Amino acid sequence: MDWVLLALIAIPIGAVLVFMLIPSRYPQLVRNVALVSGFAMFALSVLVFVKYEFEGGSGFRFDLQLAWLENVAFLGKDGISLHLAVDGISAPMVLLTGIVIFAGVFISWNIDYRNKDYFVLLFLLVSGVFGVFLSLDLFFLFFFYEVAVLPMYLLIAVWGTSSHFGTFTRPKEYAAMKLVLYLVGGSALIFVGIFATFMEAGQGTFDLPVLGAVTYDENFQKVVFPLYALGFGILAGLWPFHTWSPDGHVAAPTAVSMLHAGVLMKLGAFGILRVAITLFPEGAQFWAPVLMTLGVTGALYGAISAMAQRDLKYMVGYSSVSHMGFVLMGLATLTTIGVNGAVLQMFAHGVMTALMFAMVGAVYDQAHVRDMTMFGGLAQKTPRLAAFFAIAGLSSLGLPGLAGFVAEFHIFVGAFNTYPWAGALGILAAAITATYILRMLAMVFFGPFNERWAGLKEMRRGEQFGGALLIAFIIFMGVWPAPFIDRISESVEFILRVGASGP
Amino acid sequence: MLNQIPEGVVWAILFLPFGSFAVISLAALLGLTRTGSWEARFSGYLTMAAIAASFLLSLWALDSVLQEDGARIGYDAHEWVTVGSLRFDIGVTVDGLTAIMLIVVTSVSLLVQFYSQGYMRGDPGYNRYYAFMSLFTGSMLGLVLASNILQLFVFWELVGLCSYLLIGFWFYRDSARRAATKAFVVTRIGDLGFLSAILLIWTKTDQLDIGQIQHLAATGMIGSSVITWFALGLFAGAAGKSAQFPLHVWLPDAMEGPTPVSALIHAATMVVAGVYLVARFFPVFIVSEEAINAVVVVGAITAIMAASLAIVATDIKRVMAYSTISQLGYMMMALGVGAIGAAIFHLFTHAFFKALLFLGAGSVNHATGTFDMRKMGGLARFMPVTFLTTTVAGLALVGVFPLAGFWSKDEILIEAWAEKPLIFWTALAGVFLTAVYVGRMLFLTFGGEYKGGEASDHGAQANSRPAEPHESPWVMLLPLVVLATLATTVGFVNITGGMNDILEGWLPEETHELVAAGDFVLWISVVSVAVGLAGLGLAWAIYSRKAIRAEEVSAALEPVQVLLDRKYYLDDLYETVIVKGVIMRGAAAALHAWDRYVIDGVVNGLASLMRFSSEKYRLAQSGQAQLYGAAIFIGVIVIVASVLQDELLGIVGL
Repeated sequence: MDWVLLALIAIPIGAVLVFMLIPSRYPQLVRNVALVSGFAMFALSVLVFVKYEFEGGSGFRFDLQLAWLENVAFLGKDGISLHLAVDGISAPMVLLTGIVIFAGVFISWNIDYRNKDYFVLLFLLVSGVFGVFLSLDLFFLFFFYEVAVLPMYLLIAVWGTSSHFGTFTRPKEYAAMKLVLYLVGGSALIFVGIFATFMEAGQGTFDLPVLGAVTYDENFQKVVFPLYALGFGILAGLWPFHTWSPDGHVAAPTAVSMLHAGVLMKLGAFGILRVAITLFPEGAQFWAPVLMTLGVTGALYGAISAMAQRDLKYMVGYSSVSHMGFVLMGLATLTTIGVNGAVLQMFAHGVMTALMFAMVGAVYDQAHVRDMTMFGGLAQKTPRLAAFFAIAGLSSLGLPGLAGFVAEFHIFVGAFNTYPWAGALGILAAAITATYILRMLAMVFFGPFNERWAGLKEMRRGEQFGGALLIAFIIFMGVWPAPFIDRISESVEFILRVGASGP
Repeated sequence: MLNQIPEGVVWAILFLPFGSFAVISLAALLGLTRTGSWEARFSGYLTMAAIAASFLLSLWALDSVLQEDGARIGYDAHEWVTVGSLRFDIGVTVDGLTAIMLIVVTSVSLLVQFYSQGYMRGDPGYNRYYAFMSLFTGSMLGLVLASNILQLFVFWELVGLCSYLLIGFWFYRDSARRAATKAFVVTRIGDLGFLSAILLIWTKTDQLDIGQIQHLAATGMIGSSVITWFALGLFAGAAGKSAQFPLHVWLPDAMEGPTPVSALIHAATMVVAGVYLVARFFPVFIVSEEAINAVVVVGAITAIMAASLAIVATDIKRVMAYSTISQLGYMMMALGVGAIGAAIFHLFTHAFFKALLFLGAGSVNHATGTFDMRKMGGLARFMPVTFLTTTVAGLALVGVFPLAGFWSKDEILIEAWAEKPLIFWTALAGVFLTAVYVGRMLFLTFGGEYKGGEASDHGAQANSRPAEPHESPWVMLLPLVVLATLATTVGFVNITGGMNDILEGWLPEETHELVAAGDFVLWISVVSVAVGLAGLGLAWAIYSRKAIRAEEVSAALEPVQVLLDRKYYLDDLYETVIVKGVIMRGAAAALHAWDRYVIDGVVNGLASLMRFSSEKYRLAQSGQAQLYGAAIFIGVIVIVASVLQDELLGIVGL
């Protein structure tokens, strides 16, 4: 099984190389290669998730360490190595990535313009995402992080769409540039943090388990924690550094929005947990109230902003800000159940927001508008599309039996145990979520049919399959979350260094 | 007498309707339900079979509970998930309260499904209808069987979802989509109180098991402020679901759903879930003075307010919706005076006669194509069965001896008199108002001359309505007759107080002395019936005899009329002021502007500043060698000067 993690990173890179060798006059061949490699990633990620079992200690499994640079210059033993392993937190994230990219291939089936280049960038991005989730070496983690972020620029600028909405216009180039500048700004902070950590630890290595064994000075922790939290937090949509995210989601092509909101934003939250909270527990304790405040603010702020939107995609974009606010709240509780909830929410939000973007894309591809006031009664023409969208929405507003509720409940329990005021405000945000989701469903899918859309057709088969795959996981986690929770909670307890006691 | 019901059978009660839902959904997905006459109605038969089986098993559960005198038959909880040291369980429990609820839900549901075979015939959404009805029945059974509060909440939300889906069943109508959204959002506001209560009790006591929470509360193991907040949170949820003031606004609009849905969900079962919740946590409410007072005050306000609105509504279903709200207020009042047995007894009788009223209204609509009472009239001649059964239900609602409503309402009045006389007088006023609107509804619909109805807009009857109204088909009449029989007789089951014993048998020992126990008082029964008859008489005088002209009354009371027409301005307050004004135009627009102009403004401003400064700075890089040479020369001078500072200063003699 040791090869499996390497394979997860190698498959998308291999596919990229194959795409490059295919002449661009064979777009169907490109699609088939994408489908096969997408399925391979999905299958392997399911395998990793199913086979993962906590076996004591740090809980890392399928450990694979390939030496790269050691005993040179300032580097000691293990200096920089490609160190891959999976624990209870990254296992669901790997699964999420596998699901979303597989569904994303189906959603991207009809892309005609330079589809070879599109898939090259998309798969490059995915290899970076897998790399971040699996790396146990700060150097490679950072490397993969950049690999995951940078293709976004081209994907948005070339295949994206600009927004024209009354007096408001937002060119896709603007969105792409804004996204990259924000995220590179975050990277700069992380970069500083990584070198500070390296110097302070004095172990001559970037290996995370080694760095994790060091006890850092409390003041150092207090200074370095915010570098990571802010740097990674920007990618997680941390308020008030979130405005790149709705703009970016809206401008991006459908499958990229799915991956971006569904998986990429999770890299930020994952980074905070994997690096900042793991290495600097005292720094985390010190900054937790701030992180909680920003998380709650983001949750409420995103929800209220979503209510003001008429553009479907902007609404989903702001709802992502709101839901990522819940993730940050869960992390900031620093309790087993709260952090558990954060990881669950990362997965739940990943699948349901990917589904929402896929469905918005299915509408937009035919209608070429996204203004919800221009629709009405679409459920008569496209009942499945309406049902899929409704399921995503109901999960998003926290209906029991679907994934969102399980996650939010954990987060709220954690918040009530630590910061009751934040828990109460979080619940308020959930109430607002119900309002904007139901308003949107009523406006777009129900009510009298708008004859302008008489030619509208049901989703393509590929879209139906991709959507059904995502729904299967939304229901699975909503009804039987034990497989997720069993995996996540042990690793979270290790990170938070709690024994059998504690909430 | 049967053996005690095993746990697996209890689960079956709940899973049979869920199974029917799953089968119908799957069949619909695979496209198996469209062809042939038998397959077309397969979903209806399957639903009825599943619910009939659940009903029989519920009888078994009731039998087992009777042997235990209503005490709890607890089964072991099963682990659902474990998070670190925290364990979430699922499980079922059966006691007197649950058993009575099971009977109410399964029997009314079964009759309504039967009736729907006629009412929904030919509707394009026939399969969807039965799928949702199965899902609803299963969820409602899960709600009453749940042994822990989180599980109860899960089913609580699922019945809310079904309500949303069924109110919006004819989703292509604008009014239906609005009503569905409103119902979901308003009840959800209450539900968040419920969720907060769960989080609070778990944080403070580490318990989610309902029996354990009851026990802790009854034995004083939970702090009083925690109890109060917990109870108030639960009551927020109950007020949303049971349409109590000020969260009642969704229920009248919910009448947009098909009428059998209104009968089952919005009269007999789902809306009483709030009453059930308060009863289920009665040991918690009763030990908190503030909480129990909140219940009684809200119940009283709701009962009177809704009854007054029922008098002016012109849509027959809305009259009944307000009537339901008002009766739910009665049940809450009863709980608030500590009369849990009377409250649930009233819930029990109300389920039958109110479902009957709705099904009667559906039958009338089937014939006339309208719900507007001003377009009906004289239907007693055309629809004798509907007329008789609806009248029985109406009189039961007023509380006329010896119909079902008499017994349960009387019990509430007696307990109220014993515990809180003020509440007694409020309830008595409510009886009068109830009689007036029931009389008005009966006289407008069935009395006088037929006023023509309206073209039907749903189902197969769309084009085939004859000029004269006709009686409904037997599938619709049979449930009416069965329900009328029940509405006449079910009151007698508690004549010896036997039902109260079952309903109170599960309460913890410590709670027993707090339960209200009034004895039969003859004058109260006489007065309440007299007041009811007086109300009916007034309605007769105005709407049948026309001795008093309705227009004159409303002209004389014009401000009141306006106030009632505007529904006490609550809808305006919520929709225009709060949602549109404060949230949409205020907060959402403000935050949106903040995002666009302040946050983005800073970012874009920073970018502009960079661009501006680099454009200026660019001028320096002109490529002219002279300029660079001059700059280098000046630089060298400055460096040399700073290095040789002291010497230079010495040279000039300083």
